[in-house]
Amino acid sequence: MSNVAGAPGSDGTTEPQPAVERRTSETLHFAKRNPKLLIGSGIVLILLLLGLIGPLFVDHGPNVYIGPQSQPPSAEYWLGTTTFGQDIWAQFVYGLRSTFMVGFLGGGIAFVIGTAIGFIAGYKGGIVDEILNMLTNVVLVLPALVVLIVAVAYLDIKGVFVQSLFIGMTSWPWAARAVRSQALSLATRDYVDLARLSGRRTGKIITTEIAPNMSSYLVMSFILLFGGAVLIAAGLDFIGLGPTDGVSLGLMLQNSFTWSALHLGMWWWFIPPGAGITAIVGSMYILNVGLDEIFNPKLREL
Amino acid sequence: MLELSHVHKVYRVGAFGGSTLRAVRDVNLVVKPGEVVSLIGESGSGKSTIGKMVLGLTKPSQGTITFEGKDVTRLRGFGEKKEYYRHVQGVFQDPFSSFNPIFKADRVFEMIRSSYFPDVSDADWREKVLDVIGTVRLDPANVLNKYPHQLSGGQLQRLLIARALLLDIRLLVADEIISMLDASTRIDVLNLLADLKERGLGILFVTHDLSLGNYVSDRSVILRKGAIAELGPTRRVFENPLHPYSRHLLSCVPQLHRTWAEVDAELAANPPEDVVLPTVSEGDDSAPLVEAEEGHFVGIDQR
Ligand SMILES: Nc1ncnc2c1ncn2[C@@H]1O[C@H](COP(=O)(O)OP(=O)(O)O)[C@@H](O)[C@H]1O
Ligand SMILES: [Mg+2]
Repeated sequence: MSNVAGAPGSDGTTEPQPAVERRTSETLHFAKRNPKLLIGSGIVLILLLLGLIGPLFVDHGPNVYIGPQSQPPSAEYWLGTTTFGQDIWAQFVYGLRSTFMVGFLGGGIAFVIGTAIGFIAGYKGGIVDEILNMLTNVVLVLPALVVLIVAVAYLDIKGVFVQSLFIGMTSWPWAARAVRSQALSLATRDYVDLARLSGRRTGKIITTEIAPNMSSYLVMSFILLFGGAVLIAAGLDFIGLGPTDGVSLGLMLQNSFTWSALHLGMWWWFIPPGAGITAIVGSMYILNVGLDEIFNPKLREL
Repeated sequence: MLELSHVHKVYRVGAFGGSTLRAVRDVNLVVKPGEVVSLIGESGSGKSTIGKMVLGLTKPSQGTITFEGKDVTRLRGFGEKKEYYRHVQGVFQDPFSSFNPIFKADRVFEMIRSSYFPDVSDADWREKVLDVIGTVRLDPANVLNKYPHQLSGGQLQRLLIARALLLDIRLLVADEIISMLDASTRIDVLNLLADLKERGLGILFVTHDLSLGNYVSDRSVILRKGAIAELGPTRRVFENPLHPYSRHLLSCVPQLHRTWAEVDAELAANPPEDVVLPTVSEGDDSAPLVEAEEGHFVGIDQR
């Protein structure tokens, strides 16, 4: 009596390959052919490696007055020296390190707060959604940079960690909004209701039913938050509110401007940090566009 | 067992939730153990909304829903809900959207296992799963270890029924479960529902298809624009529809041995005895019923 033989797709021979595997390999197929993704991730990876490995080959601290003053790049000092005789290459690789740190930490904190709030608001709806929405809007319209400046000025921020924490806590709202709207639409799917009927907890439903269905979205949000955190940190450093113990690309820029590198024609002082920040943020955005094209079939160039 | 009392559901619609839509209006309804009650109405009449409220997936705006004396709308916390779902299960209207596309379809069984049967051994569990799959007359080789898109709507629908049967349920909310099935499987599933009924399950059988309602149910409820138009023993409702809307619906069912003209002529020749429908004043959201014959009620006429 069972009439399965006639039902479409039931003969078991049509699609031997499971969907997830197939989807992954398809994504990989397009990923390998997407120049934006390859270029973007290539640059990010090279800079990241430089920041991770570079400092290991520098046998003095980045701020040590080590050599002759105001030297242009040479075989000994690859990127020259500052007015005070500091090795700019050393500053650059250490600066990359702390810039990536701010990106990962600041972007990561913003990502955690933003997605948590977005998921809860979108999934729970109703009054919870309204309250979280209000909170999001308040933080969104706060002039975050001003708050950061005030907080940083009063709290006498010492390290990259505290700076990242502040950046993370102020830059999550748009991510929360984006995640909320996605979660809102996914939460109405019947499989979410079915999971509820199966005695699943809210947290588990969010992490196993909703989040995996918007993973590309989450990856892209993180990348944008990362780039945003790097830029905000550079801005703070540049106006003199950066970490006081250490070095970052923003601080290098600030120092070079403070000591008139521009007027003195010491291009080797301000170009590396500026180019470094631009390269990180720029390639992150290129990477993001590439990911968008891969995840979103409509944008794929055929 | 299940009792809905003056249940309303008002949705906020429009860009800023400015306007409202009364999807369910003053519904009173009882389902007893071993009874199949069909909820019949065209699409948009609020059938699925009633099902969702019974399943505790959305809260009524007004009114109470009780299951075995407990207020379903007041289930507090995760534990109480979980216990409720041990006894009350549902099968949704759209089988394709009932499965998470990124996982294999038989994960719906695993979820039941991890929540309700964590201690059952692998072998015992497999036997249990094969058993319910057999009950819904599926071939395990065809449906296990497959992704949802590899299965047909009918297969998915029956997997969902099988899933509900894993639990010791007392009430099943079946939302249009056979509209996706082809004719011969339909009969299978209807027979299965009859078996379940024999076992003492209450079934709320949602359908837009009048002839199906006729086939399985003890009592029928005809729903129009969220309110009950007619409610009574299925046989009486079908043989002697009292509400103009029910008459209209029944006259729309094509009949094999008669042409439309003959049906119309017959209706005109002997118009059904008229009942006085209850009325409500403008702005009153209630929907009273009057008892025309024993257990057979008619509701308001909405335009
Ligand atoms: N979540 C919702 N928000 C707003 N309106 C809804 C929602 N769900 C259903 N509705 C509306 O309620 C009415 C009844 O819907 P539903 O219960 O799905 O009807 P049926 O199952 O009988 O086709 C429809 O007009 C529908 O548009
Ligand atoms: Mg429906």
